[in-house]
This record gives sequence, C-alpha cells and structure tokens, in this order.
Amino acid sequence: MAVQEISIQSEDFDVSIETKALTEGCNDAGAVVTFIGIVRGDNELKLMRLEHYPAMTAPEIGKHIDEAKRRWPIISVRVIHRIGELKPGENIVFVGVASAHRRAAFEATDFLMDYLKSNAPFWKFEERSEGGNWVKASGKESEEIKRWR
Amino acid sequence: MAKILYFAWIRQKIGKSEEELVLPDGVSNVRELVSNLVARGPGYAEAFRQAQAVRCAINQEHKPFDTTIKDGDEIAFFPPVTGG
Repeated sequence: MAVQEISIQSEDFDVSIETKALTEGCNDAGAVVTFIGIVRGDNELKLMRLEHYPAMTAPEIGKHIDEAKRRWPIISVRVIHRIGELKPGENIVFVGVASAHRRAAFEATDFLMDYLKSNAPFWKFEERSEGGNWVKASGKESEEIKRWR
Repeated sequence: MAKILYFAWIRQKIGKSEEELVLPDGVSNVRELVSNLVARGPGYAEAFRQAQAVRCAINQEHKPFDTTIKDGDEIAFFPPVTGG
C-alpha cells in the first residue's frame, strides 16, 4: 500500500497493471472498482489539449482521497490523470479503488470522479478542423457533488 | 510581492501565465485585486469581463473572491475546471 496514489502524466497508463497493483500483496480486498475516462471523438474532434495547475492538482486530488478514506474502508486507491495532447479514443483518467466489499469501492470511485470533475484544476482545449475552443464547464459538476454532502 | 497565475482562456486573454506584483494600497481581497487588474489594460478587462465565469485559488486552495490576500500569497485565476 506504499504505492503512489496520484499521478499527473502525459504518457498513457496500462489499465491491467494499475488494477492489479491495487490489490498486490493484500489478502483482505474483496472488490476492485475502476473507472477509465476516454477522449470522446464527437463533432470531428482532432485533438484535445489538457492544461493544469501543477502546484495545486495533486494536493487538491489528495484532499478528496483523504475524504474518501474517512468515508469508506478503502484498502488502496489510485488516481491517474493525463495532460498534454490527447487524441479521440485515448485514455484521460483512471480512478481505481480496492476495498473489502463492493459497495465501498463503487461509492468511493464515484465520489472521487465527481470531485475530480468539479474541483481538480484541469482545463480542456478542443481542436477541430474549423478551429479550437476551451471546453465549457456544464454546471452539472457542482450539482453532482451535492449528493455527497 | 504576490504571485499571480492565469490559466486557460484567462491566460490567453491576459497574454501571460504569471506575474509578480506588490499588492497596491487598498487591495486586501481578491475582488479588489481584480478591480485593480482590470484597470491595467484591455486584456485584463476582457479576462475579467464576466467575473462570475472566473474562479480563484489562494495558495493552491479554491477560495471565494472576498478572501483576504497578502504579500507572499500565490493567487491563481482560472475558468471553472473541466478535467476528468
């Protein structure tokens, strides 16, 4: 469980390696839930560029991991978020949680994704053939975290 | 001196990603800093034209605009986040 919990990286991640690492050397895990976010290639998206606030990103995600650990009996957790240039179909984000039972793993993963989307300082820029635009926050994110209060 | 950071379209409108400045007299919170910045040029004015579309963090934590600031703080301005 001394594995690194948060990575912000430009390179891709290997889902099976990350998933396996969540329960390595541990006999009390009975459930692993993983979420993988992918670049959706709608409206002829050519490229997505992800910018972040390096000094804030990992501490902000860390706060929500700490909160998730207070709420659920988590055995291990892993959050990976990619930055830089990503093409449609590529992985953007990985959240994995191991716990003794499924409910805690499902809920903690859902919680972490909601807080990641509403609070982690990332911004997406979409490039299309006719130009580019910054992705607008839908406003749904701040609604979705209300269910965790 | 305070360090001011700009991200995403706010960075593009202002034309720089960061700057250091001595907090002027009369600037004690984020809202007052924004008013002061807006007077510095059209890029700033454009970036903060819809202040409700701008978020801020002080020393890497999300904070509201009425938060007190002081020299030595790192103050970041950015649009609502869109990661994940």
